[in-house]
Amino acid sequence: MADKDDLGRRGEDETAAYLTALGWRIVDRNWRCASGEIDIVALDGGELVIVEVKTRRGRGYGHPLEAVDPRKLTRLCVLAGAWRRAHRGVRARTTRIDLVGVLLPRHEEPTFDHLRAAA
Amino acid sequence: MSAVAPAVPSSPMSTSRASAVALEGLTGRIVEIEAALTNQTPGLKLVGLPDTALREAQARVRSAVEHSGFEMPGRHLTVNLSPAAVPKHGSGFDLGIAVAVLGTTGMIQPESVGDTVFLGELGLDGRVRPVPGVLPAVRAAARAGRSRIVVPSGSEVEASLVDGIQVIGVPSLRTLAIRFGADLDAVDVDPVPGPPVLRERRSDSDLAEIVGNAEAIEALVVAAAGGHHLLMLGPPGAGKTMLATRLPGLLPDLTGDAALDATCIASLAGHGVDRIRSRPPWQAPHHTATAASIIGGGSGRIRPGAVTRASGGVLFLDEAPEFAPAVLDSLRQPLESGRVSVHRAAARADFPARFQLVLAANPCPCGQWGTTDGTCVCAPSARQRYLGRLSGPLLDRIDIRLRVDRVTAAQLRLAQEDGPRVTTAAARERVLAARDRAAFRLVGTPWSINAQVPGSWLRHPDREPAERARESLEAALERNLISLRGHDRVLRLAWTLADLAGIDRPGRSEVGRALALRSPDA
Repeated sequence: MADKDDLGRRGEDETAAYLTALGWRIVDRNWRCASGEIDIVALDGGELVIVEVKTRRGRGYGHPLEAVDPRKLTRLCVLAGAWRRAHRGVRARTTRIDLVGVLLPRHEEPTFDHLRAAA
Repeated sequence: MSAVAPAVPSSPMSTSRASAVALEGLTGRIVEIEAALTNQTPGLKLVGLPDTALREAQARVRSAVEHSGFEMPGRHLTVNLSPAAVPKHGSGFDLGIAVAVLGTTGMIQPESVGDTVFLGELGLDGRVRPVPGVLPAVRAAARAGRSRIVVPSGSEVEASLVDGIQVIGVPSLRTLAIRFGADLDAVDVDPVPGPPVLRERRSDSDLAEIVGNAEAIEALVVAAAGGHHLLMLGPPGAGKTMLATRLPGLLPDLTGDAALDATCIASLAGHGVDRIRSRPPWQAPHHTATAASIIGGGSGRIRPGAVTRASGGVLFLDEAPEFAPAVLDSLRQPLESGRVSVHRAAARADFPARFQLVLAANPCPCGQWGTTDGTCVCAPSARQRYLGRLSGPLLDRIDIRLRVDRVTAAQLRLAQEDGPRVTTAAARERVLAARDRAAFRLVGTPWSINAQVPGSWLRHPDREPAERARESLEAALERNLISLRGHDRVLRLAWTLADLAGIDRPGRSEVGRALALRSPDA
């Protein structure tokens, strides 16, 4: 497995732990369909949250969330709809999309930048 | 400094502000820069009619912030330049934008910024670079009642020329941020130096270098004393240009607003400025010059033209008939009002344009007409057409029309025997004394030199020349040698001659000489 995929995987694991610590329930991870992949699906109380995780070693290539452009946000909206259609049994009042930027410097604790309701 | 917050920032919609100056011509207005952080993916958007150079501030500010020990906020920034409808130009807003951006995340204390105005361009490395027009911008900030202005170190001396405002020079964004409350260690940087200072014209060419042509020199002194516009007609090699270049040296130093305006114009043109300019400027555009280069113009930012750069000094048009007629006629408004108002679809700018006009022309296309040592080969119609390019309304504003002839060998010998020639210093003494007399006489009027005085004032019964002196003038008028307008010009010149002679009112000889200065063939 490529180094970058490994990093992304670790970022997602850390984020899942962070969200659980917030009191959220993780519903699904790495869900795939024809349009792409959702990193994490979670329930924040009665609200369904589609979470996109971006992980970086450091800020040398900019802020992690800068990598999420309008096109990516649109795709996340499409994926959110697809996930709801595929899981009609899951009851939630509303759906929203959150972005989490994770900084994972070597030998240091991760830091999270959590942007709620990005779209 | 972990700018990456552990969770949502406590107040995700924070705003911050700073001030800058938008220049339009020599006047400026305060622009408020607001920066707001909104809950979107990171980015920077600039709104409020920026031009291209200003829109690129986004890239400069971002790099400068990151090279100054900060991180750009991890959210979307909207930067607004208010009033949003005023067009804004150039890179001088960079510093204000950076301060507003750093204020949104509290890296700079907003309370310490207060009403401070920021001026300067940012380099990618975070150093602050000088911009043109610092002096007029600082003057505008002081007039707007602001108490402090931050400028690039390279422009600190220039900015300090303005009274009534505290000037802070900063070499880098980091130094600036520390000054306004950022918790960082100072780092020494080499400040970016200002543009080279343009030395003032201290006339290195002296009047004494001119041999012969005593009449022309005297006419030059008269032009300097009364501020009269001057037309020199003569064959090639007669020394017209040589004479004209000596005129600024005869003029008195600039004072007050005229001096400050001249300095502001130099600053706006991108020259370094380290003191208030006091010597009258000199502009000699080539005859292919366009109307925009003479009057001022340009799309987007309106730049001053030659009439403005010559304000307070001399505008010399060599080979005047070769200029495009439209260009020559565009001089009429500034000649009349001393100001020039340049209008474009997007904006309007007013510039000072109180210059003394000196025109030089050959008498005909071949240049030999009227000379004793050459033969003119031009057809009469060609000759007429040539000088006809100088339009009547333009010539109307020119008091002195001088015929300059080539110096002959005999004149040269005589001049060498005559001993010392008039030096610039001695001639300027006479000019200053004459100007003092005129200013004293004109106390209580809106004018200070004879060239500005209108005919009605000159013809007032209280200011009649001596009785006998009027006779020759009236005779000339009766014989249609001069028009009524020409009559006024002769009177005006006669007063200047009287001022130079140190007498109370023009006598017979002053009027006679004034008639002669009006010249035979124009």
